Amino acid sequence: MYPIDTSRTDLAREFKKNPFGPHSAELQRILNRMRWEPLKGKFVLVCTKPHKEWILAELPGERGKPITMHHDQVFTSLADAEWVVFKRRWKRITGQELAVD
Amino acid sequence: MQTKTIVGYADQIVIAPGETIAFKVSCEPGVADYRARIVRVVCGDDQPAGPGLKLEPFPAPAEDTHKARHQPIRTGSWISVRAGPALARLESVTVQAMIWPTTVAKGWQGLLGWWSEPRECGFGLFIDDKGQLLFAIGDGKGKPALLVSGKKLVDRAWYLVAGSYDAATGQTTLIQEPVECFPHVDDAATVCATVAKNYVGRPDAPFSFATILTEQGGGAVTAGAMFNGKIDAARVANRALDRAEIERLRDDPAAPSLRAAVVAAWDFARDMAGDRIVDTSTNRLHGTVVNTPTRAMRGWAWTGASGDWRQRPDHYGAIHFHDDDLDDAGWATDFTFTAPQGLRSGFYAALVETEGAEDSIPFFVRPPRGQATAKLLFLVPTASYLAYANFREALDSENAEVMTNALSIIGADMMYLNDHPEVGLSMYDLHTDRSGVAYSSRLRPILNMRLKGPLWQYAADTHVTEWLEAKGIAYDVVTDEDLHAEGVDLLQRYTCVMTGTHPEYYSTPMLDAVEAYIHRGGRFIYTGANGFYWRVAFHPDRPGIMEMRRAEDGSRSWIAEPGEYHMSFTGELGGLWQRSGRAPQKLVGTGFIAQGFDMSSYYVRKPGSFDPRAAWIFEGVGKDERIGDFGLIGGAAAGLELDYVDRKHGTPPHTLLLASSENHTDSFMIVNEEIGHNYPTTLGRDHPNARADMVFFEMAGGGAVFSTSSIAWAGSLAHKGHANNVSRITENVVRRFLDPKPFAGA
Ligand SMILES: [Fe+2]
Repeated sequence: MYPIDTSRTDLAREFKKNPFGPHSAELQRILNRMRWEPLKGKFVLVCTKPHKEWILAELPGERGKPITMHHDQVFTSLADAEWVVFKRRWKRITGQELAVD
Repeated sequence: MQTKTIVGYADQIVIAPGETIAFKVSCEPGVADYRARIVRVVCGDDQPAGPGLKLEPFPAPAEDTHKARHQPIRTGSWISVRAGPALARLESVTVQAMIWPTTVAKGWQGLLGWWSEPRECGFGLFIDDKGQLLFAIGDGKGKPALLVSGKKLVDRAWYLVAGSYDAATGQTTLIQEPVECFPHVDDAATVCATVAKNYVGRPDAPFSFATILTEQGGGAVTAGAMFNGKIDAARVANRALDRAEIERLRDDPAAPSLRAAVVAAWDFARDMAGDRIVDTSTNRLHGTVVNTPTRAMRGWAWTGASGDWRQRPDHYGAIHFHDDDLDDAGWATDFTFTAPQGLRSGFYAALVETEGAEDSIPFFVRPPRGQATAKLLFLVPTASYLAYANFREALDSENAEVMTNALSIIGADMMYLNDHPEVGLSMYDLHTDRSGVAYSSRLRPILNMRLKGPLWQYAADTHVTEWLEAKGIAYDVVTDEDLHAEGVDLLQRYTCVMTGTHPEYYSTPMLDAVEAYIHRGGRFIYTGANGFYWRVAFHPDRPGIMEMRRAEDGSRSWIAEPGEYHMSFTGELGGLWQRSGRAPQKLVGTGFIAQGFDMSSYYVRKPGSFDPRAAWIFEGVGKDERIGDFGLIGGAAAGLELDYVDRKHGTPPHTLLLASSENHTDSFMIVNEEIGHNYPTTLGRDHPNARADMVFFEMAGGGAVFSTSSIAWAGSLAHKGHANNVSRITENVVRRFLDPKPFAGA
């Protein structure tokens, strides 16, 4: 699996600046790893107001089970949502907080 | 957030004036009533950057309020056999079959028998909650006699399973015998016991396969404990057969020594296309399949000698049942709509609304039968809508987010799919047992064929109708179902035919019709990409049910098992049209080459666009102008899926390459059917073929073809109030194609 070098905060900044790409080759490899999460607990956005508001959620990974909603994580911008998920996944994978705001 | 508490579907997808469509609606418990109205759909896309949702209110009938009710859906395929006197006479019995279970650990599953709950009456073979074969006999009064193998079955292995009972002695035997034995796998058992005499009761329920039936009184039953896996060579005899006789009955049910013993010997390879299963015995205990289990499946006797069940029906005696199969929700009708005479052909929908929730049920109105009411026809790709119906991509695929390169968004409709898996699967999904979904039906709620739905198929196709209406171009619509039933005659009423954005699924009659139309002077606009790709077949009696096989090649969300490439409805080889020698390039000049789902790109003109044969297409478009560097789908006109020219696949030699897209992201990858073995340069930024080729060519009979070769194309039509080069090119082509004047030199 493609390793995430925690010193490469420049790649995190690149993502924050331009979350929808196109991305540099190195950043894209990190994103591929982050986005290829197993289905159980995979981050998704649940749309609460069409085209306007989204809530962070996690997939059940099993048919017939409910999606878990994070009601304290409400976004009115998809870019903000991408950034929050990027930081969470950085921590999930590397075990370290991403020290970029 | 809005929770969807109302959904519906209709009995038809297309009607002509004077015909009636029936709507079936279900509300969650607690909803009291809902309002319903019919609208004409001009644009079904409500995103703020686009032209906006455009629905034309419809004068009659007025909005109506209906009482809400909940209508359940029961999934799972099974077989029902009406129990005749031959079964009723049974005192002793042997019931046997070959089985190939796929979810042994699931819990209780019915295999076959004449058995009913809750009386525990009759006889039958089951898989119990420990994954073991179980044989039950009951008289409906006392406790049933149960024999259990004590050995866990193995998934995806063939077994001979049998239960026999002698009424005079109470001698009972169960056999669980694997066809193939493995060291360290202990799954064979023969269990004997003596139980009560004369203990076989007579249920009111039918004889059944792949379920356990519960009697509900008045002859009604509900099916539960659905089996996942295959059943083959099912037999019933009227005495306790020994092991050698069981084998003989399996292999030769017409054997003279068994003539007096055979009660039923089903051959699932007979009448493959329909809903009937055939008993080859003289008792004719024929049955009916429920919820379309997969037929034309490799049976236990399959050797690989032929991959075509028509050649070796004896190798294709298995039916594969799934607990999530669904072909008809079977809801009662809540309201109907009769299209008045003179109603304009087009996209329509029934809107149903209740407190805080809504649903839309799309349908199409064609011109009066036998007539055209415009010169242009928009051919609605309903076969492709059906293939994608209830696609669970973001819920079930680890790759969804990787492909879009952005977080998956779950809207109210997708949330409903998550919370209500009983609405059934798309042809892109996997069954519970991870086998592929080979059938789809429109007789159920389809959550992604909706107003405000994803810009893929239905909602994306309304970008075309929105543009036609804005340009004041009169058009009729017909659906794939009409094309399949009526063929080229239907198309020949029109000077020009336009496709939807992704007409991917084609039956043989549909492809024949389009091909004949183009060869007989028709003008054809292929407004999309990855079209004419998979061969499908329709149910012989029920038009809303379709079949396909993801055979040996192609971009596949699942891969058919070897030997299971031929469709049950027609026997035809399923899979890619390319693999049957009819690649899309032959028909429309271009065929599938790359797909990517993040950002779209633009086209640049090629020398062919300056050729006098085609220069008119670019009137009003500058020499170096980028075409479609704007749009609602990925921000540009070349995106999602792309087609390219390839003489090897049959692009006509005189085809003019007008423009090609370029500068695609690495999310765009060359499709695997165009790759012999993989290599690291199949991505958009490396590979020169990751592009959409816009083409034009004339046909000898006066016809012509224009292909945009990109699914995203129509998403750019509305840009800047329809004043843009994508709209201009499309309009130049439509107007010229509607002019019957021959093309120069053709
Ligand atoms: Fe497709």
